[in-house]
Amino acid sequence: MVVYKRKLLTIITESILEQALKRDFEKMGIRGFTIVDARGKGRRGERLGNWDSSTNIRIEIVCTEEVGAMVAKHLYDNYYHHSGMISYLSDVDVLRPDKFTVEKSSS
Amino acid sequence: MDSFARELTIVDIRVFLAHCSRTNQRRDMIDPIILFFLMGVIAGVMRSELRLPSQVYDILSIVLLIAIGLKGGVELAKQNLTELIPAVVAITSLGFLLPLIAYPVLLRIGRFSRADSASIAAHYGSVSVGTFAVAVSFLNAKGIAFEEYMPLFVVLLEMPAIFIGILLAKGVEASTDWGEVCHEIFLGKGVVLLMGGLLIGWVSGSEGIEPLKPLFFDQFKGVLALFLLEMGLVASSHIRILKRYGLFILGFGILMPLMSSLLGILVGVFLNLSLGGVVLVATLSASASYIAVPAAMRISVPEANPTLSLTASLGITFPFNVLAGIPLYLFLSKTIIEYLGGA
Repeated sequence: MVVYKRKLLTIITESILEQALKRDFEKMGIRGFTIVDARGKGRRGERLGNWDSSTNIRIEIVCTEEVGAMVAKHLYDNYYHHSGMISYLSDVDVLRPDKFTVEKSSS
Repeated sequence: MDSFARELTIVDIRVFLAHCSRTNQRRDMIDPIILFFLMGVIAGVMRSELRLPSQVYDILSIVLLIAIGLKGGVELAKQNLTELIPAVVAITSLGFLLPLIAYPVLLRIGRFSRADSASIAAHYGSVSVGTFAVAVSFLNAKGIAFEEYMPLFVVLLEMPAIFIGILLAKGVEASTDWGEVCHEIFLGKGVVLLMGGLLIGWVSGSEGIEPLKPLFFDQFKGVLALFLLEMGLVASSHIRILKRYGLFILGFGILMPLMSSLLGILVGVFLNLSLGGVVLVATLSASASYIAVPAAMRISVPEANPTLSLTASLGITFPFNVLAGIPLYLFLSKTIIEYLGGA
């Protein structure tokens, strides 16, 4: 089976930012992403995930390397300073590379 | 042997009766829902494994907010709305005033940054529905009547402080996206559920909501007990990090609600409310938000430290109000009403 190289951008952040980030992704033409609830611990303390202000989310976006870098830069410029957020890029193999492109109308 | 057994039984009965009277006295003093809160705090501080899933917390808070809204709406329908206008104006003004009092104290004496001062001020200007629910339960247990349309005041007091907080942090000229701010304020979970409940109660009337009674009213106390258990667990995680922020925030978390409660009492007396009504306005003024305001501040004033304001409102003020504040506000209300009545 033929596989194609793509990047997986993983973002772990405060769930309060979910709506704002979804709007940003829309503007950047990102077609799909997956969000799950998360909990954990970091420099800003423990996130128990047991009530509104203590919930984290993990967002996964499969994309090309350029798009991954663009999103990561946007996050760094707009959210890293004041919000609890980490993100990282990793290599993934996908079967349908055309699925993980950005919409043409934007960016 | 027989007489010994009889004596033992008599002693047993005496011990049992003494125990009963003690428990009865205790029942007068402390509402079991408060004990649920303490259980949560103690379990959390001792790092118990106990943890309620966030979905459970969500459903508990949804039931509480709707129940409070429904009850208020039914009573609101019986009111002459034009007669309520002075109360609406006075309560809304109180919501604008409280953060304006808190802000300079936090900025000058507390020496917090502008963003942090504004954010904490907004928390203390807004309300905690959980604290309100405990106060309602407290008044019911004491048999003290209050104006049942009070939930309207909860909605009115929830919002102004958020505007003031953002204005204090950013000023008017800044690039605040007020559309997003309004979305956050008017479409936040708490406001939607309370307003929705008020409207449904208002439209349906007491007969209409009768079939909903088993879930929303008969179970209210049980839901509140579980909610407070969870609040205890959440508060404990903030109590554990209290020392990080020093004595000022501890003092502020207790003195600010006391000052606010006095203003609330004066407003309540000015509006000619019943004793229970005055206590509820005092409690609402004294309570600090931990849902609507933190969410709005995270979005609009991201440079403010959310842990600092939540530690003040959840680690200090919420436990203070629930454990000591509400009975104290009843005492203060009584004293002030008697004093003003006698003068």
